[in-house]
Amino acid sequence: MSNPANLKYTASHEWVKTETDGNISVGITQHAQELLGDMVFVETPAVGRKLKAKEECAVVESVKAAADIYAPVNGVVTAVNSKLDSTPEDINADPYRSWMFRMKPDNPADVAALMDAKAYQAVVDSEAH
Amino acid sequence: MGAKMVDFGGWDMPVNYGSQIDEHHQVRNDCGMFDVSHMRVVDMKGTGVRDFLRYLLANNVDKLTSPGKALYSCMLLDNGGVIDDLIVYFMKEDWFRIVVNAGTADKDITWMKQQAAQHAPKLVINDHPELAMIAVQGPNARAKVWEALPGSRELTEKLVPFSAAEMGTMFIARTGYTGEDGFEVMIPANAAPYFWATLAEKGVKPIGLGARDTLRLEAGMNLYGQDMDETINPLEAGLAWTVDLKSQRDFIGKSTLLANPPTRKLVGLVLLDRGVLRGHQKVHTDHGEGEITSGSFSPTLEKSIALARVPIGVQISDTVQVLIRDKMLSAKVVKYPFARNGKGLI
Repeated sequence: MSNPANLKYTASHEWVKTETDGNISVGITQHAQELLGDMVFVETPAVGRKLKAKEECAVVESVKAAADIYAPVNGVVTAVNSKLDSTPEDINADPYRSWMFRMKPDNPADVAALMDAKAYQAVVDSEAH
Repeated sequence: MGAKMVDFGGWDMPVNYGSQIDEHHQVRNDCGMFDVSHMRVVDMKGTGVRDFLRYLLANNVDKLTSPGKALYSCMLLDNGGVIDDLIVYFMKEDWFRIVVNAGTADKDITWMKQQAAQHAPKLVINDHPELAMIAVQGPNARAKVWEALPGSRELTEKLVPFSAAEMGTMFIARTGYTGEDGFEVMIPANAAPYFWATLAEKGVKPIGLGARDTLRLEAGMNLYGQDMDETINPLEAGLAWTVDLKSQRDFIGKSTLLANPPTRKLVGLVLLDRGVLRGHQKVHTDHGEGEITSGSFSPTLEKSIALARVPIGVQISDTVQVLIRDKMLSAKVVKYPFARNGKGLI
């Protein structure tokens, strides 16, 4: 599965989508879900929490491992996807629709500065697994 | 996203082929095959081998009276710590076969030879890295092996659990590490790929080490290096049932075990809150602190489960607190196994 061209990406394997209201949705990439395997637990940040870029703010756990999710940019959490509480496996089935939380970025330019799909693919390719 | 991958004893092997949970259910409900060729077969031959094993192992090989019968045992240090856990098969009065863990095989053999040099110098101890091992496990496993290996049914159909039969250069044991019926087949490495391919042709799915770990954890089976090691004695690792302290015989570690009654024990935990129990998480109880030795998500129970070493006063049905990252979560103390033979037991 290729990484959608309309999304932005981080080196720590989050994807970022700018919604029509200017908020961003954050999830984990196809590559990340594949590495982790079957998801069984998701912990999301509290709505209203202020986050700094690269701050640990959420956790996903698969059967085999736990992984931290980092805030892609500075901003405030505006919503969480509580559906994933009961169906964390949605992340495996459809990673780019399974957003974990939404943020209002302090500065939209920070989002624009994240990697595009091509740059992210280069990161994935350079990781020896 | 920083992935903290779980390591299964340092072996770089297929953790999963596809979905680990699907692989797990495949074994509980039908059957699957595992390449466990990393495990090592050690043959001990010569007059007096039974006497030597009576001294070397914590379980009593006198329980083995008919050829092919198997016994699970720990091999202990003088201080009672576990060098390894193993299965010993009685072949004939001057030949016992032992299957040991991969990561410990070399130190095990060194220890066996050291002890033999002192107590039974005429014994011949040979390991067989040229033998591969394929475990086929699940309710339909034996039937699939019979299909894949013509002639095997006649030899193995009457085997009771925990016994084995030779078939030419192969050794077929009704044993496993999943809590399901099945066989572990020891086979010359050069014939193993063909056997694997034949099983695959009969519809047997390959299963990775990830599902092997959740299967054995549900079945309440210890993993060496996680649930016990050289610093832990078997009485504090849920393995008292494998230590024969009743007979008069002496064995390595016995005097230490008798002199030091256990202060901790291994119990099962089921997480009541949302999250996943993992090894090394701290367990807080009314009787003091303990630690999770193995933890994961149980696909059969659809809950997180663990084995934990806790103060001996902790009782079944107690509620304890487990520190997961920055949160204290509640877990219930249960009697394990958690699941076997296709069914949850909690």
